[in-house]
Amino acid sequence: MDLILEGAIKACQLLLSLDPEVLGIALLSLKVSGLATLLSVVLGVGFGTLIALTSFPGKKALVSVVNTGMGLPPVVVGLFVSILLWRNGPLGFLELLYTPTAIVIAQSVIATPIVMGITISAMQNLPASLRLQILALGATRSQMVLMLIKEARLPLMAGVMAGFGGVISEVGASIMVGGNVRGYTRVLTTATVMETGRGNFDIAIALSLILLLFCFLINYFLTYIQQRERPR
Amino acid sequence: MKFLQKSLSVLLLALLVVAAASSSNGWGADKQKNLILATTTSTQDSGLLDVLIPIFEKQSGYFVKTISVGSGQAMKMGERGEADVLLVHSPEAEKTFVAQGFGVERKLVMHNDFIILGPPADPAKIRGAASSAEAFHRIAKAGALFLSRGDNSGTDAKEKGLWKGAGISPAGQKWFQQTGLGMGETLNVASEKKGYLLSDRGTYLALEKKRHLGLDILVAGEPKLLNIYHVIEVNPVRWPKVNNAGAKAFAAFMISKETQELIRHFGVKQFGAPLFFPDAGKKPESLGL
Amino acid sequence: MTQAVSVLDVKNLRVDRGGVQILDIPSFSLHAKEFVSLIGPNGAGKSTLLLAFMGLIKKRSGALKYRGELIHCDASWLELRRRIAMVLQEPLLFDSTVYENVASGLRIRGLGRSEIKSRVGAYLERFNLTDMAQRSARKLSGGEARRVSLARAFAVEPEMIFFDEPFANLDAPTRQTLTEDMDRIIREHGIAAVLVTHDQSEALRMSNRIVVMNGGSIVQQGTPAAVMNKPVNEFVASFVGMETILEGVVLGNRDLQMTLSVAGNEVDAIGDHLPGDQVYCCIRPENVTVSIIDPGRKSSARNVFAARIADIASMGPFLKLRLECAFVLTAYVTCESFANLELAEGREVYASFKATSVHAISRRAPDTPLKESA
Repeated sequence: MDLILEGAIKACQLLLSLDPEVLGIALLSLKVSGLATLLSVVLGVGFGTLIALTSFPGKKALVSVVNTGMGLPPVVVGLFVSILLWRNGPLGFLELLYTPTAIVIAQSVIATPIVMGITISAMQNLPASLRLQILALGATRSQMVLMLIKEARLPLMAGVMAGFGGVISEVGASIMVGGNVRGYTRVLTTATVMETGRGNFDIAIALSLILLLFCFLINYFLTYIQQRERPR
Repeated sequence: MKFLQKSLSVLLLALLVVAAASSSNGWGADKQKNLILATTTSTQDSGLLDVLIPIFEKQSGYFVKTISVGSGQAMKMGERGEADVLLVHSPEAEKTFVAQGFGVERKLVMHNDFIILGPPADPAKIRGAASSAEAFHRIAKAGALFLSRGDNSGTDAKEKGLWKGAGISPAGQKWFQQTGLGMGETLNVASEKKGYLLSDRGTYLALEKKRHLGLDILVAGEPKLLNIYHVIEVNPVRWPKVNNAGAKAFAAFMISKETQELIRHFGVKQFGAPLFFPDAGKKPESLGL
Repeated sequence: MTQAVSVLDVKNLRVDRGGVQILDIPSFSLHAKEFVSLIGPNGAGKSTLLLAFMGLIKKRSGALKYRGELIHCDASWLELRRRIAMVLQEPLLFDSTVYENVASGLRIRGLGRSEIKSRVGAYLERFNLTDMAQRSARKLSGGEARRVSLARAFAVEPEMIFFDEPFANLDAPTRQTLTEDMDRIIREHGIAAVLVTHDQSEALRMSNRIVVMNGGSIVQQGTPAAVMNKPVNEFVASFVGMETILEGVVLGNRDLQMTLSVAGNEVDAIGDHLPGDQVYCCIRPENVTVSIIDPGRKSSARNVFAARIADIASMGPFLKLRLECAFVLTAYVTCESFANLELAEGREVYASFKATSVHAISRRAPDTPLKESA
């Protein structure tokens, strides 16, 4: 108990004194996971909308695959992305392993199915006749798609948040493809694991508190959306 | 609430944009200047590399990506050409590694020593045992909880060797538990569970300084318990993609006089005793190898 | 009928769904400033027809012309859609303010900011929505949401407007006000309108033309009076509320004054059927008069039958009586008359109706051929 208390006090000191190491790690986490989320939004919302609005043979199977992908274990993604990015692997010429870009790639792979799955269900939850109504208002196809996305913006936002929450808190892929290189690929989760191993509980707790803060903000936002959704 | 929703959306968007914009800076570090150092958790956990690497980077201009894994995994990375240079402490395995042509220019850098730790109550009565083998015998006989890394790290290899030397096969025994974790974490586990374990002195001291572990050093000082670090360049003939120039520079840096001095003094101020002993240029035999 | 300008013409319009033909319209025209009501049972193809007019339905074949010009490509369909507004059964408002909803069609058309502002302002005013302009469309009552959806449709100032049961699930007063608002604007702007409805009184009140559909085809079309009083077959007759439909045979016909034999009784009727023709004779319940004394031949009603009240059902302001004589007649009486006449189940009464109230339809009348009656 003393440990936690002492750790928490030191952690607060670290946070309040804006410790450059801790802040740098937090900022990098935001950057990497933010960028990964951005990528997954482009891919997930784009393809998710496409899948939701068109009908083609095998659509059900594809949606099932996407939904399964929503629960991709980060370590599995980390492993496969590592294998691909190994110097002597198929994408080795890119020399991306142990770079922030590698983490962004792995995290995008994790977040994209989450965003895509939520996009598909959000778009399918819109009343079917809404598409007719929008077209009847004289919209072009692209205007219709934009308006539908706008209609589904709250669940989509929830999807984005879920994706962001998923990647900022994952450790397996980040450590495998990023390597936890100090000041370069050391993010909140990997740093927390390492500092715990080192016995630097104060820093570990400070990092955890920042992570918790992010998670809290995300969930606060999600709850807010859900509560607004209910009285439809 | 409307305002809150809007401002949150704007905040998120801004965050993403900032992330996107800033990502281009500094991330595309010059590829030729990247050096992948595969090393053990003990060097990182002790904090030694946090001192040495920035100096090396400043002197050489290389950007070092330190990947700390177990010695075993570090050598696996070397075998596949996924690392440029290794700093490891698993002499037997290293010899095989070099003999198989995966590594070249293996050089002695430093050592620290292993210690056998246990709860002060010492249920297996190993305090003052003549050798590590004797101590292990007593632990096995008493069936006292022993925590092993079990992660193929250098420490783990060392420990396995010691068990073998003592003629005991602990695997599968109820009192023998493998954590699968790094040194620091395994020390934490031993502290919580009041078990025996083999640790390197450096990690133990570094951790003990931060938090009283409640573990006593029960056996130490035997030549067999030395933890010897070598730097090995990954064979550039085998893997043309490796940064051999960087590896050479790093090896040279590690055995340079200045670095050796830094190693000698590392931790003295903080822990009252050195964590590592510089050995560059020494004959392996002097360390019982 | 004067040669009206037709804005929309379809020829050989067919729609397939799952290999089944759900719409088959050999020819249909919508004239400028005309108000057409589409009636028919569920699944008759009314909504499908509206969607087909806008090119919003797949597996469609046939030609559609707008003012004589063939709609042949996506661009021309889009152009056509922008001349039409459609109001569906659900309000289908967007998740934004009332103002933004009304503005949505204009934004789609890329109108300028100031024009949108003035246009939206005008239609908000028109539909009495000005006070709630900034309210969220999610927080509206059913009637308010309807008004917003109407304002959104009219704000684009369409040349044609289609309504697909727009007032279903609304209470009567709300329905009434909305219908009036809608009717007023349509007439003021001379918009051609097509209304799909299940409410025949609505259809009667507003339309110039009623189109009866069944099974994907148009069964009959004509003025409301023509369709209501002269259904071309039994289906239309029962659908438009001819409660009494009796089988009969024409005994004689002199100068369109027919005598029919119905269940062994003679019934006078007006029509051009020939003696020996098998007919249905259809009598609207509101045209049957109930009395307790025999009105005799003195009354203008040519057909008088002694009957017994077999059943009484309340229809709100009036009662529906099932009268048994040689056949079964359905009649409406107001609640007031019911009380004054001291009517009750089992009471013997006289039922009378005029010869002109009897509409005879040939019993082997084919379903399809139809002539537009002026």
